Amino acid sequence: MTLDTTHREAPNLDAPILEAPNREAPILEAPILEARGLVKRFSRKPDIAMRLLALAGRPIDRRTVHAVEDVDLAVAPGEVVGLVGESGCGKSTLGRALAGLHPPTDGDVLYRGKPVRELTRAERLAYTLEVQLVFQDPYASLNPRRTVRQTVGEALAVHGLAPRGEIADRVEAALAEVGLDASYASRYPHEFSGGQRQRIGIARALAVDPRFLVCDEPVAALDVSVQAQVVNLFMDLREKRGLTYLFISHDLGLVRHICDRVAIMYLGRIVEEGPAQALFSDPQHPYTAALVAEIPDVRRRKRRFTPIAGEIPSPLAPPPGCAFHPRCPHAMPVCRETRPALAPVAVGRRAACHLHTAPGASPAAIATTVGVPS
Amino acid sequence: MNAPSPNAARPLLEVRGLRTVFHSLAGAYAAVDGVDLSIAPGEVVGLVGESGSGKSVTGFSLMRLVDPPGEIVAGEVLFEGRDLLSLPESAMRAIRGDRIAMIFQDPLMTLNPVLTIGEQMIEAVTEHHGVGERAARTRAIEALGQVGIASAAQRLRQYPHEFSGGMRQRVAIATAMLNQPDLIIADEPTTALDVTIQGQILHEMQKLCEASGTALLWITHDLGVVAELADRICVMYSGRIVETGTADDVLDAPRHPYTAGLLGSVPSVNAPGSRLHQIDGTAPPLSARPTGCPFRTRCGNVLPVCAEIDPPLAGPVPGRGWRCHNPMPERDAA
Amino acid sequence: MSQSPEPVRSEPVGLAPAILETPNRARILARLRSRPTARGAAIALVILIAAALFAPFLAPHDPYDLAALSIFDNRLAPGTQSMDGPVYWLGTDSQGRDMLSAILYGLRISLVVGLSATAAAATIGTLMGLLAAYVGGAVETAIMRLVDFILGFPTILVALILLSATGRGVDKVILAIVIVQWAQYARIMRGTVLVEARKEYVEAARNFAIPGWRIMLVHLLPNALAPILVVATVQVASAIMLESTLSFLGVGVPITEPSLGLLIASGFEYLLSGEYWISFFPGLALVVLVFSINLVGDRLRESIDPRRR
Repeated sequence: MTLDTTHREAPNLDAPILEAPNREAPILEAPILEARGLVKRFSRKPDIAMRLLALAGRPIDRRTVHAVEDVDLAVAPGEVVGLVGESGCGKSTLGRALAGLHPPTDGDVLYRGKPVRELTRAERLAYTLEVQLVFQDPYASLNPRRTVRQTVGEALAVHGLAPRGEIADRVEAALAEVGLDASYASRYPHEFSGGQRQRIGIARALAVDPRFLVCDEPVAALDVSVQAQVVNLFMDLREKRGLTYLFISHDLGLVRHICDRVAIMYLGRIVEEGPAQALFSDPQHPYTAALVAEIPDVRRRKRRFTPIAGEIPSPLAPPPGCAFHPRCPHAMPVCRETRPALAPVAVGRRAACHLHTAPGASPAAIATTVGVPS
Repeated sequence: MNAPSPNAARPLLEVRGLRTVFHSLAGAYAAVDGVDLSIAPGEVVGLVGESGSGKSVTGFSLMRLVDPPGEIVAGEVLFEGRDLLSLPESAMRAIRGDRIAMIFQDPLMTLNPVLTIGEQMIEAVTEHHGVGERAARTRAIEALGQVGIASAAQRLRQYPHEFSGGMRQRVAIATAMLNQPDLIIADEPTTALDVTIQGQILHEMQKLCEASGTALLWITHDLGVVAELADRICVMYSGRIVETGTADDVLDAPRHPYTAGLLGSVPSVNAPGSRLHQIDGTAPPLSARPTGCPFRTRCGNVLPVCAEIDPPLAGPVPGRGWRCHNPMPERDAA
Repeated sequence: MSQSPEPVRSEPVGLAPAILETPNRARILARLRSRPTARGAAIALVILIAAALFAPFLAPHDPYDLAALSIFDNRLAPGTQSMDGPVYWLGTDSQGRDMLSAILYGLRISLVVGLSATAAAATIGTLMGLLAAYVGGAVETAIMRLVDFILGFPTILVALILLSATGRGVDKVILAIVIVQWAQYARIMRGTVLVEARKEYVEAARNFAIPGWRIMLVHLLPNALAPILVVATVQVASAIMLESTLSFLGVGVPITEPSLGLLIASGFEYLLSGEYWISFFPGLALVVLVFSINLVGDRLRESIDPRRR
């Protein structure tokens, strides 16, 4: 599980991790997909009723959801990057923005080094097809009125990626690849279990020969015994096809298991990023530390620690300064005023926390984020 | 093994041969098929199973909250020696929410959206106890404080929709704790919550139950949660308890291949980056359960006898048992 | 994967709210059959439609054949024997027309107007709603403001104004009904599509760069059609009522093609003089028709809408 070779060759702590330092960088190490200063906000356009009420003196509700704020993230070919966070942290929005489903409000998505907004029509189609999504909900992600063959073969037929006569074969090959029998092709989604539907969704993505899979909580809706099957399928596909993954999940145990590198998001921003094993064994952000403490462990009996307090603030009104400060046991005055930058803290690792930089603060405190066993 | 043995004291709740069926056009099928369960006072029992295993229906059956087309057709639910299944509905209503409370995955199942939480919590107290509204309000404020809700007196005036998901679940827990019940049945109460919020609620439930001596039946699909919480664990598959024992026994030395398979598929016990140990296939629908042992179609230890005879729940000591003809080799509990 | 394919199964039934499954045709029919009132209504409806369809064979007289009418047979009570021999089971009107035959033919006109107006209004409204919801922006604003505008007026008033401008005629009545009714479908369709378009399979289609028209017609339309079909059955009844009302008021179908409403109107002046049958029997036919359509529609809605199962 080696990765991040760029960094090892050029251990320059100031360079953004995994971003090719210059044009001469070997092509293999250039990121396949990259977010640069990516911002995605959702705001409601005032409709007629709201404008009328505004005339009557009621202020227009111009609240904006800050889903993704100034995110830099690069994924190298063949890498599995985990994107972890709780609800409202913007991880799904970031994943969809990288897949091209949400046009960014600001910043850029770069595919193979080229900003997506500058792609030609043909390049844009190639990008759209090569970056595929696997969804969380195995029920909503398949059209209930289309057979498996229609669903899996649709893009092939619409874009003429295979001759008419070969589409059925391509569909069967994709089904075989995810462990489903070819005889299932003429059935409808409701005839399948959740795990099987998730396989159909993966087959649909594989049919167009993608290079990159954005998996948005792909096993969260599945039964425990079926989760392992689907996770294994992802790992097999990575080996067979050399796929690159962005694996979005709230399940840290799973992310630790399958990811090379992990980015932790909180309220729209990446708060920590680094190689999976290092990040989990030695968190460099208090929020990461709190999450790691909650990784379920069947070997641990009878909880004996005090979890991190407080609720996740609304992305409509993120707190000033560090968004985590209202819940952080180590919060200092500077945390309430200045937002810490996501900066290198060790080789290949970035964190956004004042404990690393503020005078008199020590990052050693991070390890004591959750209450000590009593 | 410091967990209380089920026979040490008279069990608070003892379930014998519980069978709940669902009627459908194609016939009736058993969602709960002969479940035996015992909970000692103050004990935390984890009931683990996947969707369709019958774990939730078991919880609902204990409370006699099974709606048609479901029907409890056999068994006894002895609560302090009284069979709840033969009580008149009025007596059952007096027990529900007072001696036995229930918490659901979706707190909105118990919270009425058009009443303030204060009105609901106060009613929950006055309905069961002849106390005035003032005393009931004091009790409600106290209960909200116990689950970590600040400025409880103000929040009593709010409606359920004004609370976040985690707060709502706290309100549901506070409501369940109002009358200091002897038993709380919690059906996946943290599944829909974020991990840090789940952690807070697990922590608070554990503290509350320890402090008040309330027994807890925690129904979940999540072995990690159960490991951290439970004294004893019952694993359900296809409407039956397939393995039961202390948390240490079941988690460290599982004997049923299904339990062993579930434990083996947890990422943290597999080497990073390796293929996970997996149980093949999916659970059979309850309406088409295979003959003999229902797990045999997915089992790695299957023998010819498994198709013929459904193994009984048996084990070396009372409170420890598994349903298997060819169990996993014996291991020592850590 | 080394593992063999799992056996196909349906999801186990739990207490958790079931995932919204597409109700299949057989189940809907089974549900229709399982309720006696709905069954009775369905049978009545089939009889009425068959009667209208085969009116030329069933009717003892041809009410359009003016030559066959005898003025001496006018306003005969039900059961009276005509001068030529046959019995007028439901009596005759002021022209001497056999009421039974007139009702059978009137039923035809009413059904033709109701069904074709509904089909046209549902098609237009569905497509407009689909377009508004999927395209959004200015298109949505334009369509939905027009919908609001139309639904802001009493239906009957709009239809009256339109017909007083165009004059009588079956085609003109249909047009008027379509104009006042498409807006309802558009509003329903927009709501359904907005919900449906948020589902992940639509995102998946977009992520495969499937063209918008194809997403709308192949993915969204079939999945958003169920509420439209239910509303359409009930709307057939209201279209028939509207046509009858317009004809009764004298702006609907021409006298040469009398619908049930026009028949009721033609007997209205005699109602108080005790010659009830000229208005009563067409009225009864209208009530039974509308009532049975509504009952069947309600039952249909129950079987499609999972919340009411």
